[in-house]
Amino acid sequence: MTLLRHLAAAVVLGVVLVLLTIWLDPFRQYQIAEIATYVIAVAGLTALVGLSGQISLGHGAFMAIGAYSAALLLLHLHWPLAAVLVASTVITAASGAVVGVAAARLRGPYLAGATLLLAVALPSLALSDPSLFGGDQGLTVAVSTPAFLGPSFPPTRWQAWLTCGCALITLVLLANLARSRIGRSWRAAGDDEVAAALAGLNVARLRVLAFVVSAACAGLAGVLLAVTTSIVTPGAFTLTLSIALLTGAVLGGLGSLAGAVWGSLVLILVPTYVMDVATSHGLSSSAGSNIPVVAYGVVLVVVMLLFPDGIQGGLVRLYRPLAARVPRPHWRGRARRDTAPPAAPAPQPRASASEHQEEGSI
Amino acid sequence: MNRSHRVALPAVAATAALALTLSACGSSGGSSSGSKSTALTASAPGITATTITIGSHQPLTGVAAPGYDEIAPASNAYFDYVNAHGGVDGRKIVYKYLNDQYNPTSTVSVVKQLVLQDSVYAIFDGLGTPTHLAVAPFLNQEKVPDVFVASGCECWNNPTGWPDTFGWQLDYVREGKILGTYIKQHFAGQKVGYFYQDDEFGKDGVKGLDMEIPKADVVSRQSYDPTNINVGPQVAALKASGAKVIVSFTVPAFTALLKLNSLKLGFNPTFVVSDVGSDPITLAGLLEAYAKQGGAKVSGNALTQGIITDGYLPTLADTGNSWITLFKMIHDKYIPKLPFDGNVLFGEAVAYTFVQAMLKAGRNPTREDLVKAIEAGMPQGPSVAPYAYSATGHSGMTGAYMGVIKNGVLVQQGPVLTTTTAPTSPVATYTGSAPAAPSSGMP
Repeated sequence: MTLLRHLAAAVVLGVVLVLLTIWLDPFRQYQIAEIATYVIAVAGLTALVGLSGQISLGHGAFMAIGAYSAALLLLHLHWPLAAVLVASTVITAASGAVVGVAAARLRGPYLAGATLLLAVALPSLALSDPSLFGGDQGLTVAVSTPAFLGPSFPPTRWQAWLTCGCALITLVLLANLARSRIGRSWRAAGDDEVAAALAGLNVARLRVLAFVVSAACAGLAGVLLAVTTSIVTPGAFTLTLSIALLTGAVLGGLGSLAGAVWGSLVLILVPTYVMDVATSHGLSSSAGSNIPVVAYGVVLVVVMLLFPDGIQGGLVRLYRPLAARVPRPHWRGRARRDTAPPAAPAPQPRASASEHQEEGSI
Repeated sequence: MNRSHRVALPAVAATAALALTLSACGSSGGSSSGSKSTALTASAPGITATTITIGSHQPLTGVAAPGYDEIAPASNAYFDYVNAHGGVDGRKIVYKYLNDQYNPTSTVSVVKQLVLQDSVYAIFDGLGTPTHLAVAPFLNQEKVPDVFVASGCECWNNPTGWPDTFGWQLDYVREGKILGTYIKQHFAGQKVGYFYQDDEFGKDGVKGLDMEIPKADVVSRQSYDPTNINVGPQVAALKASGAKVIVSFTVPAFTALLKLNSLKLGFNPTFVVSDVGSDPITLAGLLEAYAKQGGAKVSGNALTQGIITDGYLPTLADTGNSWITLFKMIHDKYIPKLPFDGNVLFGEAVAYTFVQAMLKAGRNPTREDLVKAIEAGMPQGPSVAPYAYSATGHSGMTGAYMGVIKNGVLVQQGPVLTTTTAPTSPVATYTGSAPAAPSSGMP
């Protein structure tokens, strides 16, 4: 049932996105591709942080692994794009397993520190062998629009389709995973490790698995970033990117896949929109170029003040009192939730985050 | 040149009035072809009857911003001046430059915005080698003129692969040859050390240097990664090699770090620095700022004293030069808050070249007309040496003069030298004379 509902939602969303990409101009199509790319990475991260309770400040590095793998496979082995997508995701998942094994032994700030190291150090590896990785200039990724779409098909629309397709598949898989036994175990281990272990869960294995899934998402996002920007450079995968991904997950609502979408929308659209407003109001370039950073900070502070559990958490909180007044159609099959007190304020942030995950997943 | 004859009727009245005003203004745009009475049309994306919209990517924040963030406002100041004096054939230039933070991925994003959303006519003066390399294929695929890239990479000269991309400033290979020739002549037989940025910028420079300096004289080759400011080991290696002359292909921040680290080690060679890393005002400011962070107080001008470098635009010290007078006047009027330094001079000079090219491209130019106009050759303008533009060559300036920094200003030493990027072609004295700036300030 759950799988069917998620698939149906994905199909509806997919149709809306296809219509949007036909209706919007090429730059908006490109932005949709950018957003979809971020959604994949943020969704993976939100599953890691929000469900399994592990933090990662190094997801930018996983994106770099995916992107460089894809670039090298395309450049040297000339693999078809679909194979490159799968292979790079698998490679990144494997690297996630390695990091995950180390991460499973670390907690809180130590884990943050270790993953931070990854974010800082890994992109510099690209500089160590310029003949292979192209140094500062990176590698060019040339992926042309597939022939069956015709010669005049806009490349931005194709990229939007590709990224949105990947994003929808990722979201469906993650949503199902989150509702499966594994997802419940992650939540159990994330909420109280000792209790989970006493209940017979292999906490270390669960934690490594969360890292693998999350890294795979980041890797896939990395490949798509490489394909849409047609270049891979170390400059793209700075610490700023890793922090931005985490910011996206927190802004949207930790542990919520819908939150990952909200967070990505904010990450991509706010800076561009604010920059446009700033330039059209004739702000000097030195002020105007710093405004997006300010706006980003303001949005972060405001969201955290108003909705401590992110945009999705806030929406759910606004929606619940309304929904309580409207008789719920029986086919939505949420009998369990009807028994819950409608607008009860969440007593603990952790508990509320996991609850929203169930409600918020698509 | 053949123009599009599509004339939107409602536009005729308005544009005819504009055209009349324009001829009355007596703009000296002698190179523009076609009759002045031809109505102005929206002949290409980004061009309307009243405006030409162009875009650029610039590092307005981040590591590359200090100094380089003055370039786009300076170009804009020149465009403001042109707009206030009748514009380009009556059209006003709208210059939209976006911040890419010197990050190639952001460059892709902002350039896509400029081309796909804002429909700019051309990308002008996009700054940086790694950043611009990320968008050059896209711009050429979309056939957007990609003119006067703010980078001396030899890679912009690729008319078959990238027919719409043009360099402007003296490329680093030519510059390396000119600096190398000077070292060969003035420091014959002395030990030479290289210090260069580990990317196309530094490598192109070294390529040029190696064409001139005998291999046996080069005792040490040290490179740096622009994201790592610890250059102590490299400077120690240069000192240990016993080099008496250090040639440095560096950005300003690393020229300053090289100088300060040498000072710390009591290493006092002659420094020969490439143009991009040697603007005396930027350098003095950086030296003082870095020394202050380290708890020391230094005089920036004292430390830059005696640095040998080259210049491809007139030196700011030459206050009698007509170009310096013109650009100083525009600076004082439109951007008085910025220092009048090498970056501002660069921005204004490249903007001047763009206006020259637009006037050559004709009254109602298509994108292709601009490319054709530049390929037909460009008048020299503020550059001290002629441009190399042709259908088979897309690099810009061909030469520079050597100079020494004295009391915080670059003083020219000797004549302008020109060369090509070919290993065998000699560095020769330029015998022509540089044109003076037009009194109107308009090309």
